[in-house]
Amino acid sequence: MSRASIIKTFLLSELLKGMWLTLRTLFRPKITINYPEEKTPQSARFRGLHALRRYPNGEERCIACKLCEAVCPALAITIESDASDDGTRRTTRYDIDLFKCIYCGFCEEACPVDAIVETRIHEYHMEHRGENIMTKDKLLAVGERYEAMINADKAADARYR
Amino acid sequence: MDALLSFWNSLPDFVHSTLFILALTIVLIVSVALLTLWERKLIGWMQVRRGPNRVAIFGLLPGIGQPFADVIKLLIKEVVIPAKANKVLFRIAPAIALIPAFATWAVIPIAPGFAIAQVDAGLLYVLSLTSVGVYGVILAGWASNSKYAFLGAMRSAAQIVAYEIAMGFALVGVLMVSGSLNLGTIVEQQRGALFAWNWFWLFPLFVVYFISGVAETNRAPFDVAEGESEIVAGFHVEYSGIAFALFFLAEYANMILVAALTSVFFLGGWLSPLEGYLAADNALFQVPLLGLFLNSGLHWLLAKTFFFLCVFLWLRATFPRYRYDQIMRLGWKVLIPVTIVWIAVEGLMVYFKIGPWSV
Repeated sequence: MSRASIIKTFLLSELLKGMWLTLRTLFRPKITINYPEEKTPQSARFRGLHALRRYPNGEERCIACKLCEAVCPALAITIESDASDDGTRRTTRYDIDLFKCIYCGFCEEACPVDAIVETRIHEYHMEHRGENIMTKDKLLAVGERYEAMINADKAADARYR
Repeated sequence: MDALLSFWNSLPDFVHSTLFILALTIVLIVSVALLTLWERKLIGWMQVRRGPNRVAIFGLLPGIGQPFADVIKLLIKEVVIPAKANKVLFRIAPAIALIPAFATWAVIPIAPGFAIAQVDAGLLYVLSLTSVGVYGVILAGWASNSKYAFLGAMRSAAQIVAYEIAMGFALVGVLMVSGSLNLGTIVEQQRGALFAWNWFWLFPLFVVYFISGVAETNRAPFDVAEGESEIVAGFHVEYSGIAFALFFLAEYANMILVAALTSVFFLGGWLSPLEGYLAADNALFQVPLLGLFLNSGLHWLLAKTFFFLCVFLWLRATFPRYRYDQIMRLGWKVLIPVTIVWIAVEGLMVYFKIGPWSV
């Protein structure tokens, strides 16, 4: 050890510098967000809970093309389809397993009719086994309830597409 | 009032001391609870966080209910005793860790002329009890029959041996000033002003004593006995529920103890820092409440103890954990030589009548 470094060691200068830093930090404004009361800003592109949309006349958008099922990297989507009463092709089953889903948004990108979307909802939970499967009914219900928000988000993002 | 006082005086001595002990223990346990909260708050603030701010009592002071909620949680949890553990030692170890942390308080001069036990060899009592505390840690690690617990115990044993020596040497310096092992006399002898206190003439010893104190209590940055990054939780991995809480209690009680001892040995205990600057008959001392505040008393000891507790937490918020060999190097190659050199310097000061020996 050189003489300078010995003096430095015994004067504890490095340690005091560190303590001075923490002391100054003590008085800095805190950056923590008090979560349930305060929230961080959220992008219109936020990918949260899924929803299936309808056209304004009430017709389901989904045409059971199964592109979302094909593109899904986590194999979270299961679709079964059949001819409906009016002869169009419709899904009889549309399940998304939220435990498998990685919220990548590929299903939304793949959809030719903007039927499956990921909404901004991220505060949801399950209390029983099996609730992690979003069935077609549940997805449509989410879509109906948040249609205004989904529309606004789509409009906000449209100019970048 | 007089009737109450005479009733109090008529009580036998053992009732007096029992009540004092009871009061002190309760105060200590409550302070430990509040200290855990203060630690999390202060370290949070130093890391630009807020710290616990959810559990309020009656909607007041958010966060104040946190330690009590934690205690209730730990009380409800099951104490799991490992099948291959030494069951007797496993149960005794937390108590062995805890008892010395509380028992040492008996000799600490709390207020002018008052300690629960006025022991003439008080300093020896303090030294011996603080070293008993480590047996709790070692026995816990041994009795758990787990390799991580055992490693933690071994580290702690080696560390305590190294730092006890530095601590003892630092106190030799204090003894050379006071010429007494009685803690009350040690405080009395520092009477004067801010610079008559031991910290000024014994500054290197003061720093060494505090660092050794941090090491003795196994606190960051010397908490290799816990070392969660490499040995999970060290000596108390196998402990759960209230048995774990007792170790926690012991650690924090030890922190308070070392902070109080540092202020007694080096910062003049309950002495007021103003007494050297204001004459004893100064008019300010006659003002009802202010006079009481400016005068020596319990509150100065509390303030100094609180200051050292904050330094404990401050160190924890600032420094990463020492590596094991670095701890050993610091203890044997730095702290002990520093104390020896300063004791020699002090000897010269005594001989040539410099500083506190000039009269």
